[in-house]
Amino acid sequence: MDREQMQRMGFIGLSSVGAVLLAFVLGGIMLAATGHNPFDVYGQMFSYGFQTPQLLDMAKRAGPLIISGCAVAIGFKLNLFNIGVEGQYRVAMLAVAAVGGMWVFPWPLGILVLFVVAAVTGAAWAWIPAFLKVKRGVNEVISTIMLNAIAIGLTAWLFKYVRYERVDSSGRPILDTKTTPLPESSKIGSIASSGGISLSWYFVIALVIALLVWLLMFRSTFGFQLRASGLNPVAAKTSGIDSGKMVIRAMLLSGGVAGFVGLQAIMVEEGAFRPSLSLGLGFAGIAVALLGRNHPGGIIVAALLFGFLQAASGILQVQGVPRSIVDIIQGLVVLSVVIVNESVGRWLDKRTARSASKQLSKDGVAA
Amino acid sequence: MSNSLTPSEGGSPVRDQLVASAPGDPNAEPKSPGRRVSASPLWLVLIGLALFVVLALVRYFTEQNSLTSPNQISAALRATAPLLLAGLAGLWAERSGIVNIGIEGMMILGTWFGGWAAWQFGGWAGILCGILGGVLGGLIHALATVRFNVDHVISGVAINILAAGVVQFLSVSFFEGQQGGGPAKSPPQSSGVGSFTMPLLAGGNGSADLLGDLHKANIPVLSDLGGVLKGLLSELSYATILALLLVPITAFVLWRTKFGLQLRSSGEAPAAAESLGVKVARLRYSAMAISGGLAGFGGAFLAIVSSSGYQEGQTANRGFIGLAIMIFGNWRPVGLLGGAGLFGYTDSLQLTGSSSIPALLLFVGIALVVLAGWMLYRGKMLGGIVAGVVGIVCGVIWALLDTLPDDLVKITPYLVTLVVLAVASQRLRPPAHAGLPFRSGDNH
Repeated sequence: MDREQMQRMGFIGLSSVGAVLLAFVLGGIMLAATGHNPFDVYGQMFSYGFQTPQLLDMAKRAGPLIISGCAVAIGFKLNLFNIGVEGQYRVAMLAVAAVGGMWVFPWPLGILVLFVVAAVTGAAWAWIPAFLKVKRGVNEVISTIMLNAIAIGLTAWLFKYVRYERVDSSGRPILDTKTTPLPESSKIGSIASSGGISLSWYFVIALVIALLVWLLMFRSTFGFQLRASGLNPVAAKTSGIDSGKMVIRAMLLSGGVAGFVGLQAIMVEEGAFRPSLSLGLGFAGIAVALLGRNHPGGIIVAALLFGFLQAASGILQVQGVPRSIVDIIQGLVVLSVVIVNESVGRWLDKRTARSASKQLSKDGVAA
Repeated sequence: MSNSLTPSEGGSPVRDQLVASAPGDPNAEPKSPGRRVSASPLWLVLIGLALFVVLALVRYFTEQNSLTSPNQISAALRATAPLLLAGLAGLWAERSGIVNIGIEGMMILGTWFGGWAAWQFGGWAGILCGILGGVLGGLIHALATVRFNVDHVISGVAINILAAGVVQFLSVSFFEGQQGGGPAKSPPQSSGVGSFTMPLLAGGNGSADLLGDLHKANIPVLSDLGGVLKGLLSELSYATILALLLVPITAFVLWRTKFGLQLRSSGEAPAAAESLGVKVARLRYSAMAISGGLAGFGGAFLAIVSSSGYQEGQTANRGFIGLAIMIFGNWRPVGLLGGAGLFGYTDSLQLTGSSSIPALLLFVGIALVVLAGWMLYRGKMLGGIVAGVVGIVCGVIWALLDTLPDDLVKITPYLVTLVVLAVASQRLRPPAHAGLPFRSGDNH
């Protein structure tokens, strides 16, 4: 990486931090307007959020966001907008709960099998928009929005067929609101716990997945082709990269990763699936990917930030402040970061162009 | 979104639009005005009439009378209005060159501000405030996309997240502890917007109810017509009338005025428009204010007409369905009205009685088989076979099932949209520059 690039990254990094601060200021104005003291509220959030149990909670909430952000980022690199992560992980969740509840596997095998099931189902669901895009020219934004709604309805319907069936003491069937619970051998164990909150290995798995995604995107031929095709499809095509195949592969990969998003809820917390379990992680993943500039490292930072906000918001209700201020700050963070990055990026482009032309004219004089 | 390759036969790069920038269909005939028969109004009317007759006969033979009953149609119209407004919001934005994924968020703002003002001051004030709430969302989107050139989809997604958070926050601050209100709902509105029933034809003001009598006579097709017309003319909310009027108004403003021409030109070729002195940025701001206002009206409609106050989650993804409807209507007001009616009708069937849904399945099956015959006749083998198979599957499901599970009924409109996109996306014509980055002074 040369000096120019380092400088550029430094500016972008600094401006991102500035944008996050701006979002806090705007959120503070909103707090002040509704009669709360923003300094007080933020102060309490931070002193509460940095206690050990809340830090574990932060990491726990960040795990699915890291994976969701990575899934979205894979598509983004090819200018594919995978809004369908939401649907992909919901379908995968149901499949994992069904398979995991049906069979008992010996310890490490069960987890492995369920991860494979999640990846395959997520990828299969993501294949639909990829196919429609390549073969029928349907834009993936609309098709994945439709498929999200279809996935939610479909899982709610299929759920009734894999619902946990028990009988009560008099022999009548109980209609349970969950699927058959997973055996302990198929669940992911914890690494640390404090104050009633425990962090599982899922967080570590999420970090490993982020690392693998980084290797794949930035250190492999496939990743190079993917990014080349995204940056300049015409040039990529001329050099023999089949853009249709790239779309299919990128969507399959994105969907496969998306399949892991819901596994914390199934394999750590609930041990089963129910239709309302952890909704909305797909859209949060889009925000995280944007904030992390589609780079796994940035995504981890962004996911930890969101996780922190959510974990620290626990104190707000006690103070009589609506917890949704955190959602507002998250939305503001995304909006301000994209606006600031766009503006700074354009300013840097101009600066580079100016210094280049200056250099050129100087050289011209020397020659 | 920027350029990407689509696998066209000629290998030319095609710009990736919100839906589909039609990869050159190898089977497509060269376009000439005469070939696009299905787009002419006469054909649309004839096809509509034929579909209606099929529906009426299905109603008669399956005895699912709610399919064309006045209550059903009235409910369908109430369900159509907010979807129509969401679709129009998408139309105004995209015609000016801006993709608006944030319609959902703008509608959410509309439901909250509408619910709040309807509680404080009454129904019409609620509609007005809902519109203003939506305009606010639209202007934020315009600021991000026009001034700062942020990717349109990204800005829209951010607005959706933001709006959901803002209304939750405001609800806790304003509605909690109020009589009839709570952290997720507003107190009931202090007055509604009023409704209208046509005298003589539909029994308004205690006069004769000719259409109602015709409906009760149970003559195939004719009684169905009576039921449908009565449904359209009775207990019609003034807000619904306003929403419906916005279709011809939109058509007139966009296609018959200078402002509309300039607005559409900035959605097709902003650089060319700018070179002719069109103020692209200013037009896009106005288009987004209108788009946001329409979405806000749609949200306020949900809070004030479809229900008696704001409730969290009231929009239920209607903003996204609005986008689907816009595509369905091929970015044209009249087509959009048809799409909204279709979605509104299936939506209302869910509400009034899912026992009539299987009969609808038979209707869809017959329609698809006819479509398949037409496509095969026109030499479109693949499309024809797909439509035929889906149609036959629909018929088989109808024959086997007594009722359809609610969860599956709910996904039908989405599934239909997906099938339509898959079959017809090559025939759709989105504004050429919608969603692409543009800065004043660009010349590409």
